[in-house]
Amino acid sequence: MKTVLPAPDISRAIVRIAHEILERYDGADSITLLGIPTRGAHLATRIAAAINAIEGGQVAVGTLDTTMHRDDLRTRSPKALLPTLIPAAGVEGRHVVLVDDVLFSGRTIRAALDALGEIGRPTSVSLAVLVDRGHRELPIKADFVGKNIPTSRTEIIKVNLVEVDGTDEVTIAEGGVK
Amino acid sequence: MKHLLSINDLSRDEAILILDTASELARISDGPMKKLPTLRGRTIVNLFAEDSTRTRISFEAAAKRLSADVINFSAKGSSLSKGESLKDTAQTLQAMGADAVVIRHPASGAPFRLADNQWMSGAVINAGDGTHEHPSQALLDAYTIRKHLGKGARDLTGLRVAIVGDILHSRVARSNVLLLTKLGAHVTLVAPPTLLPFGVDSWPVTISYDLDSVIPQVDAIMMLRIQQERMHEIFFPSAREYSRYFGLNRDRVNALSPNSIIMHPGPMNRGLEITAEAADSARSVIVEQVSNGVSVRMAILYLLLGGAPIEGGIN
Amino acid sequence: MSYLLKNATLPNGSKTDLAIQDGHFVATSSLVKGHLVIDLAGKQVLPGLVDLHTHLREPGFEESETVATGSLSAVRGGFTAISAMANTSPVADTAGVVEQVYRLGQAAGLCDVFPIGAVTQGLNGQTLSEIGAMADSAARVRVFSDDGKCVFDPLIMRRALEYVKKFDGVIAQHAQEPLLTQDAQMNEGEMSAQLGLKGWPAVAEEAIIARDVLLAEHTKSRLHICHLTTAGGVEIIRWAKARGIQVTAEVTPHHLLLTDDYVKNYDPIFKVNPPLRLESDVLALRAGLADGTIDIVATDHAPHSSESKDCEWSVASFGMVGLETALSIVIKTMVETGAMNYEDVAQRLSITPARIARYENHGQPLEVGSVANLTVVDTAAKWVVDRDLMSTRSKNTPFHGFELPGVVTHTFCNGKLVFGE
Repeated sequence: MKTVLPAPDISRAIVRIAHEILERYDGADSITLLGIPTRGAHLATRIAAAINAIEGGQVAVGTLDTTMHRDDLRTRSPKALLPTLIPAAGVEGRHVVLVDDVLFSGRTIRAALDALGEIGRPTSVSLAVLVDRGHRELPIKADFVGKNIPTSRTEIIKVNLVEVDGTDEVTIAEGGVK
Repeated sequence: MKHLLSINDLSRDEAILILDTASELARISDGPMKKLPTLRGRTIVNLFAEDSTRTRISFEAAAKRLSADVINFSAKGSSLSKGESLKDTAQTLQAMGADAVVIRHPASGAPFRLADNQWMSGAVINAGDGTHEHPSQALLDAYTIRKHLGKGARDLTGLRVAIVGDILHSRVARSNVLLLTKLGAHVTLVAPPTLLPFGVDSWPVTISYDLDSVIPQVDAIMMLRIQQERMHEIFFPSAREYSRYFGLNRDRVNALSPNSIIMHPGPMNRGLEITAEAADSARSVIVEQVSNGVSVRMAILYLLLGGAPIEGGIN
Repeated sequence: MSYLLKNATLPNGSKTDLAIQDGHFVATSSLVKGHLVIDLAGKQVLPGLVDLHTHLREPGFEESETVATGSLSAVRGGFTAISAMANTSPVADTAGVVEQVYRLGQAAGLCDVFPIGAVTQGLNGQTLSEIGAMADSAARVRVFSDDGKCVFDPLIMRRALEYVKKFDGVIAQHAQEPLLTQDAQMNEGEMSAQLGLKGWPAVAEEAIIARDVLLAEHTKSRLHICHLTTAGGVEIIRWAKARGIQVTAEVTPHHLLLTDDYVKNYDPIFKVNPPLRLESDVLALRAGLADGTIDIVATDHAPHSSESKDCEWSVASFGMVGLETALSIVIKTMVETGAMNYEDVAQRLSITPARIARYENHGQPLEVGSVANLTVVDTAAKWVVDRDLMSTRSKNTPFHGFELPGVVTHTFCNGKLVFGE
């Protein structure tokens, strides 16, 4: 197992992503950040904090659980639901930035887009991820990327965050058959 | 978990999972997402061999919010009322491709026969069988109690619940005793001796014949319906005497501790087991129980049908 | 046809050869040439088993069983005499019906079929049936029962007990107080409370037994209690016998083995009247059978078609078939546990039932001169019950899939080999 993104690099990536988002949307006023639980939600909180530190104010931030919209529900036992908390500013007419830890096949983001569609009609939807590991199975791309890490299908990328795993670190390891 | 026939089918963790899932579904149903695609393409049949508008509509709403297709099969005017056997009905439903059957039936144990005999391969959900159990009612009751009195806890440890009325014939009482005790609550049954089952002494509950002594000591009081038929079967001398000793009236409502809630599975006999004032009082959560029912039933349907089909159907 | 049965083990354990000719046991030296030799080494012989409680369903319910199919089932189970209960359609409450059943039994030509006459007309519980006519008929009825229903009116029961004394008859009571058991589904206990099924309390059986033994004492009549199922009932019978009351009692094989735990999954194969009860009742019944308080085992063989068992519990019929599994269950529960030996088995399943019902040709000692009614069982063999292979027309056995000891290999009725080769 190897560390590909140590703690300091994670922090820097988050700050850079915050700047990029602000640059794209000309400030924080029209943005709603929605993190995909579990780790995407924590990342969204951190990005929000970074944005607030830069701009002042309180950017709209919340969570969007994708469990009920997954396309692989029939292949495994039903999973417990995680919280969906849409901030007061909502999504209607807003620029929604989805936040997740790892972008891989793209199916989670497809599910998130479906869930978002039930909630309202954003002006635009973009995607921020800490790690893009390639191997897309759907036409999904990330707009804001912490780090591009090319991987083989069998390798395992693990994002550890202090809030969940006690430490900040992204590791890669040889895995089993996918 | 392939079927939900009895509360005994659920471990404590599974029961809590249903409550937690219901919470989340309630929140997203109220707010952001009214309809979820999770059970799209699944067919759920409501097999109601006993009249019940409320429970059937609740299950139907739950199924539709999850995008399932719903077929209603109710007693009146159906082949069931013309004497078609349960077995033939089940095999017909199987031939129609039902993924799940929600069954309410006047015979205790009817859902077990459906599930055991493998006349059909879908999931069987007990919506009330005779005087045996009504698991989804107990789950929505536990959900309601947790929501009002749980103080953020995931279970009901330490909460005191009284169930009052015709325990002998009540499937709601049986399921609630099993579930509330499983979740750590302390349950007291209050009834005249004639309406307590022989063998109730072995249940993990306290028994009392005296409602007034129990009232100040509970956090939730659940009133059960007295069926008119029981009047003729000599379980108590008269409706008047029953109400006097076991009815929830204004004086008793005032004797409840300040934060207690009043519950009733419905339908109510206003004036018999519960007065109109009690039913409409500020502490009554009776109407909310109904809306909680939809979320809880959505959770049940999702957890039973939302994943991979479980082995064990007809071959 | 004559037979030489070699190396038979008698109920008392001794080994001998038996010769059968012209319907009787004869000295081996009297056997004519051309007799068949059958080697019974390792097998136990018993006097032909006698069942005092069989539902043959004919006339009226032939889809479940007929006298012919019931007789076949009986001889496979080792029975040489069975007693056809009266709850047929029409009810066996006249000489005409009992003679019809009697003739059907003769026509089947397997075991002896003795009709039981109803105590009341149409089982109505209110008017006595023509007991005398039935006693004098070709069927020579001596046992009278409304089984299926209780003779609940104490005055009617008193009159019936008195009246049968004229014919040396016995009233066999199905003890069930109807007002305490309306729409009852299973034993009243913790299991019924849990399952939400209406209970059939033990007291509803015991109260009638207590009443009837006192009536029998008062009228100095013979009384027989059908299918005893409770520990309390055993106590009452014991007390009554100690007082010299002429009461006899029977227990079914299923009540020697099964409890109300089996009802847990609502499978109506376990629905029976009187119901399966508690472990403590099973143990008391076994002890009562062992010490003779309970005089006999009777099957209460009750065939039902599959529609009436393949449904929800509350609409299912009550009853289990039992002719083909009875001896095996007795071996399993009483002999293998050491509570009884084969002499006791001979008493409980042949000699005593024949005596109670006055079946003179049955339960006779296995010696020269007796009528040759004989059952041969391989007590070391085991078999797995398969309801589809049974001879009874109905498949409602609770023992499907059970492995049981004891396989009946031969049954001789009145000297004729009616089962086995």
